[in-house]
Amino acid sequence: MPDGMDYIVNLLNRLFRFYYDGFRNMSGWGRRVWLIILIKLFIIFVILRIFFFHDFLKKKYNNDEQRSKYVLERLINSP
Amino acid sequence: MIENIDLSLIDWSRAQFALTAVYHWLFVPLTLGLSFLLAIMESIYVKTGDEKWKRITRFWMTLFGINFAIGVATGIILEFEFGTNWSNYSWFVGDIFGAPLAIEGILAFFLESTFVAVMFFGWNKVSKKFHLLSTWLVAVGANLSALWILVANAWMQNPVGMAFNPETARNEMISFWAVLFNQVAVAKFLHTISSGFLLASMFVLGISAWFLIRRREQFMARRSILVASIFGLLASLMVAYTGDDSARTIAKTQPVKFASMEALYQGKTNAGLVAVGFLKDADRKLGEHNEKDFSFRIEIPSLMSVLTGGSAGSYVPGLRDNLYGNDSLGIMSVNDKQVRGREARRMLLSYQNARKSGDGGRADSLKNILVTKDYQENYFRYFGYSSIDRPEEVLPDISVSFYSFHLMVILGFLFIMIFAIAIYMLFKDILEKNRWFLWVLLFSIPLPYIASELGWVLAEMGRQPWIIQDLMTIPMGVSRIASGSVLTTFILFAILFTGLLISEVSIMVKQIKTGPKH
Repeated sequence: MPDGMDYIVNLLNRLFRFYYDGFRNMSGWGRRVWLIILIKLFIIFVILRIFFFHDFLKKKYNNDEQRSKYVLERLINSP
Repeated sequence: MIENIDLSLIDWSRAQFALTAVYHWLFVPLTLGLSFLLAIMESIYVKTGDEKWKRITRFWMTLFGINFAIGVATGIILEFEFGTNWSNYSWFVGDIFGAPLAIEGILAFFLESTFVAVMFFGWNKVSKKFHLLSTWLVAVGANLSALWILVANAWMQNPVGMAFNPETARNEMISFWAVLFNQVAVAKFLHTISSGFLLASMFVLGISAWFLIRRREQFMARRSILVASIFGLLASLMVAYTGDDSARTIAKTQPVKFASMEALYQGKTNAGLVAVGFLKDADRKLGEHNEKDFSFRIEIPSLMSVLTGGSAGSYVPGLRDNLYGNDSLGIMSVNDKQVRGREARRMLLSYQNARKSGDGGRADSLKNILVTKDYQENYFRYFGYSSIDRPEEVLPDISVSFYSFHLMVILGFLFIMIFAIAIYMLFKDILEKNRWFLWVLLFSIPLPYIASELGWVLAEMGRQPWIIQDLMTIPMGVSRIASGSVLTTFILFAILFTGLLISEVSIMVKQIKTGPKH
């Protein structure tokens, strides 16, 4: 393998070890906090995003032209 | 055709956004300030080589990590709400929001995945100097990340650097620099980050005081108080200075909000600044509502005139000037703005009708008028007023504006005193003898949080009824969705955020009781 490739592989390996060792040697509070992060991200990006927070205009209209027309209509006709 | 809007939809959409923003803001300022305190403490460690400073840094870094981890991504929910509950608004702001939020997202991702990891995993694995550089970069990066959010918010307070495209119904950025250096953005950024520095300093002081009360970790506590009280005093002075600058900016860009903050109905020269005051309903009416009067006040004579206009003789416009106009001062009345806003709407309607009827020639000639500087600056700028029926509708809640502003300012001066006393006692070596003051420090931890939230209450409720100042009212921006679904997600958020807050406090308390381990 060329030297450049060796360097990249070595760098990636070191990076992997850095994160791997960091997570493996994490203290008790760190593990608890990571558990909370994962639960939180699941709630935000899976439950809330998929089931509750649809993009109103993207869901209702197929393209930007339709969305523009709708918003213009709303601007002109809002009370 | 004018559709009726379900008022409960607007109220729940607003309540949900407020709840999310208030909870999100419980996590952010500690990150902004504590990151700099960590960087200072670690710099002392690297400079002196004293391992005790490393131990101090690592203890506070643990608390920083808990706060950072629990708070991270809570702001994403605000972006979800834009697309779902505020879709008209979200579309209307176009790339003005998109660009700063994208920069913030990229910055936050790189910050979190690289330098925060080095901060926590890199002790003894990277060189001292690289670790220190990472800590500083986290501090700078976190604060720069906040900059982009504040730039986006500032645009809502003072929309600049854009042009409305009637074809797409979106505002398009014509000057990135005008958006970035918007006078509201500059004032807001400096005031907000300095308030975060202050909050974190009080956090460190309070917890260090607890250690001194318990006669534990006294070396760490005294050193932490030394750093935090000096940093806190500088931050609190910066908060006062930038707060003054922010108020001047509001006086120029949002004069109704400014007059509401001071409950100033009738403009005057030699206007005094109310230091402390209590409001009561007056007999006079402004529209349908009773004006507010002072049942008690302590006023610094002429100071408001001096601060806003540079001299005691400067006239400070009141709410009446801003509602009904003042020709001699060149203040346009709400009625005049309504006329311009309605003309802007009428032109837009004509353009829309021409497009619908397939009259391309007329549509093109109308579009050419709609994109002119004259139309944008003299008509479209007041578009939101086309939704206003009576001038008094542009008034925010005076009591909320007045009390949130004055309580924030009073707390600000209290913080200056607390930091100054802490420094004095520390240098006189009498801090631990005055145990009452240690208790004061401990119980002062929540106060900067309250002051910081009050600042946001003033910023956001003080600009009602606008979602974008003068351009768009709240009902214009809201999505037509079922209010029941907004209520459901409101309850879900309340549960989620309360759970996160309880988790943060309980994990933090446990770590504080454990004390530094390393």
